[in-house]
Amino acid sequence: MKLIYTDVLVIGGGLAGLRAAMGVRRRGLETLVLSLVPAKRSHSVAAQGGMQASLANSVKGAGDNEDVHFQDTVRGSDWGCDQIVARMFTHMAPKAVRELAAWGVPWNRVRKGRHEAVINGERITLTAPDEAHGLITARDFGGTKKWRTCYTSDGTGHAMLYTLGDRAIAEAIPVHERKEALALIHDSGRCHGAVVRDLISGELSAYLARATIMATGGYGRIYGVSTNAVINEGMGQALALETGVARLANLEAIQFHPTAIVPAGILVTEGCRGDGGLLRDADGHRFMPDYEPEKKELASRDVVSRRMAEHMRRGKGVNGSFGKHLWLDITVLGAAHIDKNLREVKDICRYFLGIDPAKAWIPVRPTQHYSMGGIRTDHRGESPWLRGLFACGEASCWDMHGFNRLGGNSVAETVVSGMLVSEYVADFCASAEGNLAISTSLVEDFVSREHGRLSRLLATRGSENAVHLRKRMEQIMIEKVGLFRNGPDLASAIEELRGLLRAARKVGVRCQSRAANPELMLAYRLPRMLKIALSATLGAFQRTESRGAHFREDHTARNDRDWLNRTLYQWANEDDELPTLAYQPLDVASMELPPGFRGYGAKNILEHPATAPRQAAIDKLMQNHERTERHALQEALMPFRHLLPERYRGNNERLSEPLP
Amino acid sequence: MSRTLTFSIFRHNPGDPGSRPGLDVFTLEEAPGMTLFIALNLLRDEQDPSLAFDFVCRAGVCGSCGMIINGRPGLACRTLTEALPPRITLLPLPTFELIADLSVNTGKWMRALSERLQTWVHLDEETDPDRLEEPMEPERAEAIYELDRCIECGCCVAACGTARMREDFVGAVGLNKIARFRADPRDKRSEAQYFELIGDDEGVFGCMSLLGCQDVCPKSLSLQTQIAFLRRKMVQIGAGFA
Ligand SMILES: Cc1cc2nc3c(=O)[nH]c(=O)nc-3n(C[C@H](O)[C@H](O)[C@H](O)COP(=O)(O)OP(=O)(O)OC[C@H]3O[C@@H](n4cnc5c(N)ncnc54)[C@H](O)[C@@H]3O)c2cc1C
Ligand code: SF4
Ligand code: SF4
Ligand code: FES
Repeated sequence: MKLIYTDVLVIGGGLAGLRAAMGVRRRGLETLVLSLVPAKRSHSVAAQGGMQASLANSVKGAGDNEDVHFQDTVRGSDWGCDQIVARMFTHMAPKAVRELAAWGVPWNRVRKGRHEAVINGERITLTAPDEAHGLITARDFGGTKKWRTCYTSDGTGHAMLYTLGDRAIAEAIPVHERKEALALIHDSGRCHGAVVRDLISGELSAYLARATIMATGGYGRIYGVSTNAVINEGMGQALALETGVARLANLEAIQFHPTAIVPAGILVTEGCRGDGGLLRDADGHRFMPDYEPEKKELASRDVVSRRMAEHMRRGKGVNGSFGKHLWLDITVLGAAHIDKNLREVKDICRYFLGIDPAKAWIPVRPTQHYSMGGIRTDHRGESPWLRGLFACGEASCWDMHGFNRLGGNSVAETVVSGMLVSEYVADFCASAEGNLAISTSLVEDFVSREHGRLSRLLATRGSENAVHLRKRMEQIMIEKVGLFRNGPDLASAIEELRGLLRAARKVGVRCQSRAANPELMLAYRLPRMLKIALSATLGAFQRTESRGAHFREDHTARNDRDWLNRTLYQWANEDDELPTLAYQPLDVASMELPPGFRGYGAKNILEHPATAPRQAAIDKLMQNHERTERHALQEALMPFRHLLPERYRGNNERLSEPLP
Repeated sequence: MSRTLTFSIFRHNPGDPGSRPGLDVFTLEEAPGMTLFIALNLLRDEQDPSLAFDFVCRAGVCGSCGMIINGRPGLACRTLTEALPPRITLLPLPTFELIADLSVNTGKWMRALSERLQTWVHLDEETDPDRLEEPMEPERAEAIYELDRCIECGCCVAACGTARMREDFVGAVGLNKIARFRADPRDKRSEAQYFELIGDDEGVFGCMSLLGCQDVCPKSLSLQTQIAFLRRKMVQIGAGFA
């Protein structure tokens, strides 16, 4: 049995994992990164539109700061997020962008003087001040009050991931590519590392570490059509769930992006609408202003997606050869803008649709895009149930997105959470608890259990076909756990998914090779994917309200009174067919921004009894603090800085807020 | 009109002692909008579950799916079958280590390249992230991004005669990376340091300027211009003029 020891095992080589590894390395710890694919091919590379951070350099970003970003994020989450975490995040985002700038990301910059922009379908002129020249600029994104999304053309994820990937090489951090973690090794509520399979040779080994960080990304591929990379199968979440100890949270909170191309499901960035693109229906009519007169195409993602689906249900969709769709019109932006700032979009249109988006409209429809839920952790990124297990990035739910995340907040989250969690992990390793104490017999048990499972799969051709089961799961998720949900559909989805899970336990493989065997991979991943699908569906069934991306046709109100909480999932016994659910309330009495109306559609909220008293308390406090400086006022409302690692507690400088 | 496509696909799994290299033939009904990503997955799902290939983003941005498509290196995920004749031959990229069938280890090759050419911004000192960022001319940032767009797919290396003859040749991908960091004012390396890295036959002087690379680069990087420029610079430095 091969044993590999390190201080911190990072599972995942996307933005979150790489930044986390660099953080612990900088604290003097040994670390190594595991990835299914070469790190630079991780899903993060596909992020297009940009990264939110309140630098306030661009003309339309004037007046932006952490407070505004915080409020946008909480509103965007439909009050489902952890406000302390949202505060930590918005405070860190400018530092993260600037760190990346120093390390080499070629962020687009402000050019002084007059330049043209398209806002609300019209060409206007903006004039950038001289002192902002050369600083990092930003574009508009949905659900934000300011232009806050920093970008490099529409290849932001690429530029970020290559910079971090190369930086990790510079700091000599080993990345073990084409390796798959198959199980977490743990006992008595303490995680010790993972059993890992080499995807080339098929060999199993044990990676043992004082702390383990899951940065494995999202679970979009439980849906048949998704904007996600094909490797985003939720294996990280499933591994945590299969410990029986660690818990997941809010899996039912699944985002659908308004503009994926039809039929491939490949994303074209929100930057298209941020830069002035419009949505049109079968008649060529721009319909979003009819539904959302204020934010129009740039309402929050969940809202735009639902409005599009609603409009198609009213018969206004275009009948294409691959079903109904709508149009995204960026011809208004002109070829020069597209060639410079939307070039990936141009490539995608050219190669997958055979059109030039400067001349023709793009066929789009809402498509699964982002996993708000994930491995539940505290604000330090650690599982409260399984010490030594940390998570960051899309894999985790430290809960800054609640039930809907804002565009541009995700890549920002990956880097910020990597920066923060690595510090907490280093603190953990320095503490008394942080030592590695594990018996070889325990490791042997875990490795031989995985070995046994693989051998059983290889020993039989099985009575069930994994490909068929998977296709059915993907279809159920699309049809019954989509944008609009209802009790009867969800109930039938649960029954059918349970049947698939039972069947998945009878799958075998025909191809007998242990090395590089894609059939074997599907066979062991399928039951795990089904557990995630089942958990998300059960969570959606039980949550009889509508919040953010989770919309119930039979319970359309946002019900703060009964549902201002987070769903927790535990898979208590291996043979169970369903997870055990529990709920964790959000504490209104300590919120900086008590639940309110997001301003979309008609107000439809059942209030929480603590909301009015909390609002009254805040109003009173504000009266006494009329002249208080904004950071101090914030501190009085909801202190969070003491929770940050010391090195990151300082204020962020802006042109309008110089540091001494 | 619907066509029947005939695929000849290279098969070999070096990890399996019984495997011998050869071509397998499959047929498949073409469907509208079919890409090689869709076609290969259909073949695996319906005809041969052991068929190995690599896709990650399936959108032409991650660089995983380079292969030789009817004799030419390209990204399989964004190749529409309608752009190809009904007989399609798929081979793994040469030069890289074969994992199985169409899957090759470009990741390992690229990591070694990065280590060798030190493809990162060499900083003098860390900056304080609380402070305003260093300004940069907007055109400069755009020019760096232009060179930063390489997706490490390996197509240029597969198309390169020099790379096939010289195992250690850095390829157009490597030379382009040096051009990218040279263009970046944040990288404090001197010309002499760059010369150390690419001023020999494994570097810019190994290139025969046949430009196979530029023709196949899926990101249409200006490899020709970059290589020619670097060569001029490196000749000057080598001669002690810079
Ligand atoms: C098309 C697209 C565009 C997007 N654009 C934007 C945008 O403009 N702005 C924005 O903010 N967000 C955007 N997002 C979202 C954002 O890109 C992702 O949320 C983010 O990049 C996730 O990063 P990550 O590091 O958490 O995970 P990933 O980048 O998904 O990395 C996961 C890593 O885990 C590894 N891994 C997984 N399972 C295992 C295992 N079992 N064993 C070993 N390794 C494993 C993988 O190999 C990979 O290295 C976009 C998403 C999509 C789909
Ligand atoms: S021009 Fe140089 S790098 Fe490009 S293919 Fe020819 S020899 Fe290779
Ligand atoms: S230079 Fe072009 S062909 Fe070569 S690896 Fe980069 S993207 Fe691929
Ligand atoms: S799969 Fe990513 S480039 Fe083809």
